[in-house]
Amino acid sequence: MGVLQQGLSAFTRKHGLGVACFIGLSVFVWVVFLIVLPQLSMLDFSFRYNLPRAEVGGPADVYTLDNYAYFFQGNDGTFNALDIGILVKTMVAAVIVTVIDIAICYPIAFILAHSATGVAARLMVIGLIVPFWVNEILRAFAFRVLFGATGLVNSIGLSAGFWDVPIDFIRADVALYSGLVYAYILLMIFPIFNAVEALDRNQIEAARDMGASWWRVHWRVVLPIAKPGIVSGATMVFMLTAGALAAPQILGGPSNLWFTQLIYQWFNESANWQRGSAYAVVLLVVCISFVMMLMRVFKVSIGEIGR
Amino acid sequence: MTTKDIKLDHVSIRFGAFTAVDNAHLTIKGGEFFSFLGPSGCGKTTLLRCVSGFTEPSEGTVSIGGKDMRGVGPNKRPTALIFQNLALFPLMSVAENIAFPLEVRGVGRKERRKKADELLDMIALPGVGDKKVHELSGGQRQRVAIARALAVEPDILLLDEPLSALDLKLRHHMRTELRAIQQRVGLTFIYITHDQGEALTMSDRIAVMNAGVIEQIGDPETIYNKPKTAFVASFVGETNAISGKVTSQSDGIVSVQTPLGVLKGTAAGGRHYKAGDECFVFVRPEQLGLVGAPGAIQSMDNQLTVQAVKEEFEGNARHLFLNAQGQDLRLSRTNLGGVSDHLAGQAVQVGFAADQAIVLPHGSLAGA
Ligand SMILES: Nc1ncnc2c1ncn2[C@@H]1O[C@H](COP(=O)(O)OP(=O)(O)O)[C@@H](O)[C@H]1O
Ligand SMILES: [Mg+2]
Repeated sequence: MGVLQQGLSAFTRKHGLGVACFIGLSVFVWVVFLIVLPQLSMLDFSFRYNLPRAEVGGPADVYTLDNYAYFFQGNDGTFNALDIGILVKTMVAAVIVTVIDIAICYPIAFILAHSATGVAARLMVIGLIVPFWVNEILRAFAFRVLFGATGLVNSIGLSAGFWDVPIDFIRADVALYSGLVYAYILLMIFPIFNAVEALDRNQIEAARDMGASWWRVHWRVVLPIAKPGIVSGATMVFMLTAGALAAPQILGGPSNLWFTQLIYQWFNESANWQRGSAYAVVLLVVCISFVMMLMRVFKVSIGEIGR
Repeated sequence: MTTKDIKLDHVSIRFGAFTAVDNAHLTIKGGEFFSFLGPSGCGKTTLLRCVSGFTEPSEGTVSIGGKDMRGVGPNKRPTALIFQNLALFPLMSVAENIAFPLEVRGVGRKERRKKADELLDMIALPGVGDKKVHELSGGQRQRVAIARALAVEPDILLLDEPLSALDLKLRHHMRTELRAIQQRVGLTFIYITHDQGEALTMSDRIAVMNAGVIEQIGDPETIYNKPKTAFVASFVGETNAISGKVTSQSDGIVSVQTPLGVLKGTAAGGRHYKAGDECFVFVRPEQLGLVGAPGAIQSMDNQLTVQAVKEEFEGNARHLFLNAQGQDLRLSRTNLGGVSDHLAGQAVQVGFAADQAIVLPHGSLAGA
C-alpha cells in the first residue's frame, strides 16, 4: 500500500493534480465499467434460474448451481457427453490452430527480423497487415468460396489432376482451420518478431562457427530467446480461437459445433441467458486454467509475456 | 602443437563496387601470434570473416594447411572466431556456453561439464560454471569467450578486437593474459585491433592495414622503427610529420627542403630519391631533443628554433607542444623527477639526429 501511495504522490507531483485525476478516473471507469461489472453480472447471471420476467427479483429468484450442473450432467443427471465433448473438441482444435500458427509464424518472424532488409521487409509487413483491413466476416466467406466444391482450390486440384472428385473441404474442417489459422496470424508473428529481433546476429554466427547445424542453432540459440514471444502469441491465439464465433459459424462443417456456438444458442435461440452465462464462465475458466498450466510446463512467468 | 599455415593468395573482397580488402597476399605461420592493425573501417573484420568462412573472397584464395578453403563453411574450418562483442549466449550458463561446441559434437553431458570445468581452470575462473553470463565482469566474459573458442580445439583462433569493450587497466592486463594463453596452448592467433599498443606488445608479426590495403608486414620493432609508408609511420606510435621536397641524397642520408629549412633524414629501406621528390620527414617525439639539455642527443644534425606552446605532464613523460612557423611539433621527455623547467611561451632550440629521422615518399597520413 505504501508503495502505491508513494507512486501516486510522485505521479501527482510530476504531472499535476488535473492529469492525475483524469488518468485515475479513466482507469477506474475502464476497469470497473468495462471489465469488472459486466463480468460480475455474467457471473451473477450464471448462478440464477431462468425465470419469467415477472418473477425476477421475487422470492423464487435465488442462487443455484443448476446451470453448471446442467453442463456436467445434462437433464437426466448423467454425464453430459455432448456438451463436454464439444468443449473438449473446441480446446483440441484451438490447440491445433495455435500449434499451426507457431509453425507458420516462427519462420516468418525470424526471416523478418534477421534476413529481410529494406524494401523486402517492408513489403512483407505490408503483405501481412493489409489483408486484415478486410473484415472478419468477409474474410471467412472468402475462405468458404476458396474451399467450396466449385471453389478455387478444387478447380485447380481437379484441372491439374491431383484428385478426380471435388473434395469437401468444409466438412473436413480444412476451411475452418485455415480460416482460424489465418485470422490470428499477426497476433503470433509480432510477439515472436519482437522477441527474436533482440537476438544478436553474431550469436547465430558464433553457433554456426562452432559447428552447430541450423536445427541446433534454432533449438539452442533462437528458440530460447523467442520463447516468451511464442508463449505470448500462443496465449492470445489460443484464447481468441477458443472464443471465436464468426469463423466456426461460417466455415464450420454442418455436424461440427464450436463451444461458442453452444453459448450463442443458449443466449439467442433458447433465450436462456443464465445458462449461456454459465457456459461462458465454464469456457473462460477452462481456457485460463489451460493456459496457466502450459505456462507452468514451459516455465514462463506472466511477467515475461508482458514484455 | 599444430603447424597449419594460413595462406592468403591475392585475396580481394568487394561489396558491390566497394573494395573492402584489396589484394591481401601473405602467409601466417602455424603457432604465430599475428595481428592486423588498422583504423576502424579499414577492412579488418571483413578479412577475418573471410578466413573464418563467413565471407568468400571475391578474388584470390584462402588456404589453411595447404588446403583450399573455397566452399568450406565456417563450421568445417579449423578456426574459431571470437566476435567483437563476444556473442556469448545470454540464456545459457557459463559452463553451457563453454561446452556448446562439445554439445554440437555430441559429447555427453557429464563429459561436457568436466571439460568446461577444465577450461574454466585454465582461464583462472574456477567455480563460475553455474553462473549466468550477465553475472560476470567484462574481463571474465572475455576469458569465457576464449575458453568457449578453445573448447572446439581449433588450430587457429581468430580474435576481433576482443579487448575493445574493457577499461584501460583490464585491457593492459588482458594483453599479458592473452599472450600467455597463446603461448600455453601453442595455437595460431590471428588478432585484429585498431590499438597499436595491443598489436606491438602481443604480436610476433603485424600487418598494418589502411583502406583495405596491407601496407606493411613485419615484427613489432620493424613496424615501429622502420615504417615503409607514410601511413604506417604516422599510424603506429606518435610522430611528427614534416612535409618537404628532396634536394639531394648522399648514401642513406637525404636532405629535404621544408618550411623549417633543410632537414636531414635517413632514406627508409635503402630507397633512392631524386631531387624534387615530394616526401615527409618523420621524427618521433622521443627522438626530438632540447639542445643543450643534460643527456640530450649528441649529434643533432638538425637544429630548429621553435616556440614552446604548452607543456603536458603525463606522469612518466612530459610532452612539449611546439610551433615552428605554423608547423606543430611534439617533443616528449622521460620524467626523471625534478621540477618542470616551465618552457611554455618561450623560444627553445630543438634538434634531432639524421639517423633517427625517416624520409618517406608522400602518402596518406593516419587520421588526416
Ligand atoms: N556486408 C557488408 N556490406 C557492405 N559493406 C560492408 C559489409 N561489411 C563491411 N562493409 C564495409 O567494409 C568496410 C570495412 O569494414 P570492416 O571490415 O568491418 O572494418 P574494420 O573491422 O576494420 O573496422 C567498411 O567500410 C564497411 O562499411
Ligand atoms: Mg571490425
